[in-house]
Amino acid sequence: MTLKARDLGLFAAMVVVLAMVGMFQSWQLAVTILNMSLISAIMALGVNMQWGYAGLFNVGIMGFTAVGGLAVVLIAQPPVTEAWAAGGLGILLGLMLGVATILAAAIVYKRMPPSKLRGAAIIAVIILGYLVTSQIFGPAKRAVQAVNPAAEGYLGGLGLPVILAWPVGAVFAAGVAWVVGKVSLGLRSDYLAIATLGISEIVIAVLKHERWLARGVNNVTGIDRPVPRPVDLRPQPWVESLADTLGWTPAQTAAILSGLGYSVLFLIVLALLIWLAERALNSPWGRMMRAIRDNETSARAMGKNVTRRHLNIFVLGSATCGLAGAMMVSMDGQLTPGSYEPLRFTFLIWVMVIVGGSGNNWGSVLGAFVIWFLWVQVEPAGRWFMDLVTSGMADSSTLRQHLLDSAAYMRLLTMGIALLLMLRFAPRGLIPER
Amino acid sequence: MEPLNALVSVTNFMLIPALAYGSQLALGALGITLIYSILRFAHFAHGDTMALGTAGVIGGTFYLQAQGVSIAPLPTALLAIPFGMVVMIGYLLAADRLVYSYYRRVKAKPLIFVMASLGVMFVTNGITRLLMGVGETRFEDGERFLFTVREFRDFTGLAEGMALRSAQALTIITALVVMVILFWFLNRTRAGKSMRAYSDNEDLALLSGINPERVVLITWVITGMLLVLAGTLYGLDKGFRPFNYFQLLLPMFAAAILGGLGSPLGAIVGAYVVAFAELGVTYAWRRVFTYLMPEGLEPTSMMQILPVDYKFAVTFAILVIVLLFRPTGIFKGKVI
Amino acid sequence: MADPVLIGEGMTGGYGGADILHNCTIAVEKGQIAVIVGPNGAGKSTAMKAVFGMLKLREGSVRLAGRDISHLSPQARVAEGMGFVPQTSNIFPSMTVEENLEMGAFIRRHNIRATMEQVYELFPILREKRNQAAGELSGGQRQQVAVGRALMTEPTVLMLDEPTAGVSPIVMDELFDRIIEIARTGISILLVEQNARQALAIADKGYVLVQGENRYTDTGAALLADPQVRKSFLGG
Repeated sequence: MTLKARDLGLFAAMVVVLAMVGMFQSWQLAVTILNMSLISAIMALGVNMQWGYAGLFNVGIMGFTAVGGLAVVLIAQPPVTEAWAAGGLGILLGLMLGVATILAAAIVYKRMPPSKLRGAAIIAVIILGYLVTSQIFGPAKRAVQAVNPAAEGYLGGLGLPVILAWPVGAVFAAGVAWVVGKVSLGLRSDYLAIATLGISEIVIAVLKHERWLARGVNNVTGIDRPVPRPVDLRPQPWVESLADTLGWTPAQTAAILSGLGYSVLFLIVLALLIWLAERALNSPWGRMMRAIRDNETSARAMGKNVTRRHLNIFVLGSATCGLAGAMMVSMDGQLTPGSYEPLRFTFLIWVMVIVGGSGNNWGSVLGAFVIWFLWVQVEPAGRWFMDLVTSGMADSSTLRQHLLDSAAYMRLLTMGIALLLMLRFAPRGLIPER
Repeated sequence: MEPLNALVSVTNFMLIPALAYGSQLALGALGITLIYSILRFAHFAHGDTMALGTAGVIGGTFYLQAQGVSIAPLPTALLAIPFGMVVMIGYLLAADRLVYSYYRRVKAKPLIFVMASLGVMFVTNGITRLLMGVGETRFEDGERFLFTVREFRDFTGLAEGMALRSAQALTIITALVVMVILFWFLNRTRAGKSMRAYSDNEDLALLSGINPERVVLITWVITGMLLVLAGTLYGLDKGFRPFNYFQLLLPMFAAAILGGLGSPLGAIVGAYVVAFAELGVTYAWRRVFTYLMPEGLEPTSMMQILPVDYKFAVTFAILVIVLLFRPTGIFKGKVI
Repeated sequence: MADPVLIGEGMTGGYGGADILHNCTIAVEKGQIAVIVGPNGAGKSTAMKAVFGMLKLREGSVRLAGRDISHLSPQARVAEGMGFVPQTSNIFPSMTVEENLEMGAFIRRHNIRATMEQVYELFPILREKRNQAAGELSGGQRQQVAVGRALMTEPTVLMLDEPTAGVSPIVMDELFDRIIEIARTGISILLVEQNARQALAIADKGYVLVQGENRYTDTGAALLADPQVRKSFLGG
């Protein structure tokens, strides 16, 4: 599939808009928008694989991106040897026991004939497993969390190069997706939606609560970055001379250069993904996926294992979201579980996919740029709008103050209206599927 | 061994809160199940519309309080409920006219409806936050307790105390009354039966002369009332924060699916199961067992199965178990 | 000759694609039983649906008691006195038998009790099971509920789409007996049937359709006696 002139025009318009942000607001902001748009574009690609290719409705994007983010901590952070000594083995053993309990329960379920006895046996296995696991896991966890809690209190990671975390993040998300998909695919279409909504809340709860894992709400900061940090760039003579030529401050120049470094990396990943996704979409496999999406019954009748295919694509799409999640954390240099919010990380991505054009990879990318731009810009616009509306009121008016304070929520309103309008009047999106 | 004290403790910290929470969930889950059986989609805007309806009630309450109106010892919010209902029903009907009715006309797939409800969710979410902000708003007034821990202790002479907050008692009673009325409506009235008929067999309902638009209208009206009641009672009990209402979506869906989507009775049973499971698993049982076990054998740990942060995990686990073993739910809901 | 109670005359049309019916005519007189038979895919059910307004006619018209009703929706036709029993999902499974009947009479507000009494007279088993969910009944009983529901509107014409599909021969005979009884009360009956032989035996008028066209039209007895019809459609 090639892009038509109209599509190229839309992308060109987006470039112009970003350039205008650079000229009239600041180049630093433009680069920030660009980078987050690129990451969002990858998330949107993942969702588009699931929804656009296969009609699967995933409302747990937040969970998959967060799992990907966790990978960054586990790969790139240096291991906390003291914590490992204090309780590392206990935690590993505890986790293994937990898994063993579930497996044991599953074996009992499979081996025993259905009866009351089987139910009792399963419950007994689970209770016993829980007691044993918590005896080992609990103390180990507390020991780990007691190690230098102000800065560490967790096991740390493997201390490997951060870039490795990106594929690992994808694998993590794929693993979670496989479990969720195994349970809920093949049932009613909206069960997947509810199951994914649930798993994403749980992933966040785990990240927030399990401090031995990634410090929970205490956040992991100062994670290694794949590109030079602005502070390191700033003293470089060539940066200073570049700043002189452009007429920016050295700090600004360094920040922009560092941001552009990410942009290059992200662009490479995005290009690779689009290339793969387009190849896949136009391969026999892609045609089969779309055939299944358009008529599941007849695809089933033709002997296609629809549930299996759905599981494939669900895992692939979620892995893409995990990859994007890992990229985001390595760009921020920190993992902050408290900042994961479903409206921002799940539903906003959906708006991108729908507005961009579901079923079209380029559409998802464009949608990500347009919607992220709006997301960033609507807030100041809302403030300006509220200012205008309330300009007749006295400065001390509580209503005016309230409205000005609430301007931030104009974002959600705008996104909702954008989604509803697109769905109603241009359901095929900015760049429709062909 | 003091079984009575143990019983009081478990009632105070587990049974009463779970009963109240379950009642709030039940009212919400009933709306989900009704919309599901009539409009045939999973209504994702449910939590946020609940927040908006509650915001309406809170607005009314503040107005009444400013006017000096009070029905103490009952909370003023009760007086504002009708106002909130009118606002909510108006909002839902407007959403139906502007958004959903189009997709009904073109016979869109259920997932398109779900998508549209996401859009409505965003808009509703934005409006609620514009009105109320994101912080917590408390609007409970009147008598806070039916009886306090101290009163209970003095009265019974037990070591363990128990309190019954008016919001909890109000929740449980209201939910019971509403459920009775709803079942009477669905089983005894012409309009209620036409809803059941429509949910059972849409085409045959059309052939029987049942007007689908009317059924849809009634469904939104009832859902609106249930939402405002559920939201107000939840807010009186635990305070109003828009994000908490959004998060109720998962337990409400779990309740509806557990009971069997499309089955009102199932939604209620499911809601109480979810509520009791959530509180039971995250409750620290140490105190109860301290009373129950013989001296010297008292538990040393908290005896809490999972930390409170994992209450969603409990809901989710229930959901997974249902999906794995009985996708139609306890009361054989629809499987399309 | 006066117009029959119900006539679909020169009907041509289909579900949007190619025409399924070609200049097909179906009529039923007051208190009589008309049966549409024919091989699979002959358009039997389609012809009935055309009469009921469930597909768009390119040509031809449908008249009820002399009045052109071609432009009316199926729901409006119900209000005009046409009762229709679909072949499948023709009951409200989670509702009780009595509620099913009540829903049948949804457009009427008066005298439902008397009609319900008549239905119970006709199908005594339904009275026995009136508080049971219709979905829990046996196949034959469900068909009785379905017919009963359609009768609740007090139709002048009752249309049944393969009412005996999937029920045992004994139940089938029983159902046909009831259908004759209904016709005796003055209600005209239009029936689509797979079991051509049994159906023609009770028919005042039979229509043999082939590929959406009238092939043979005569009284039921005459069609049963016709060697051509016997050979081609009744298996000798």
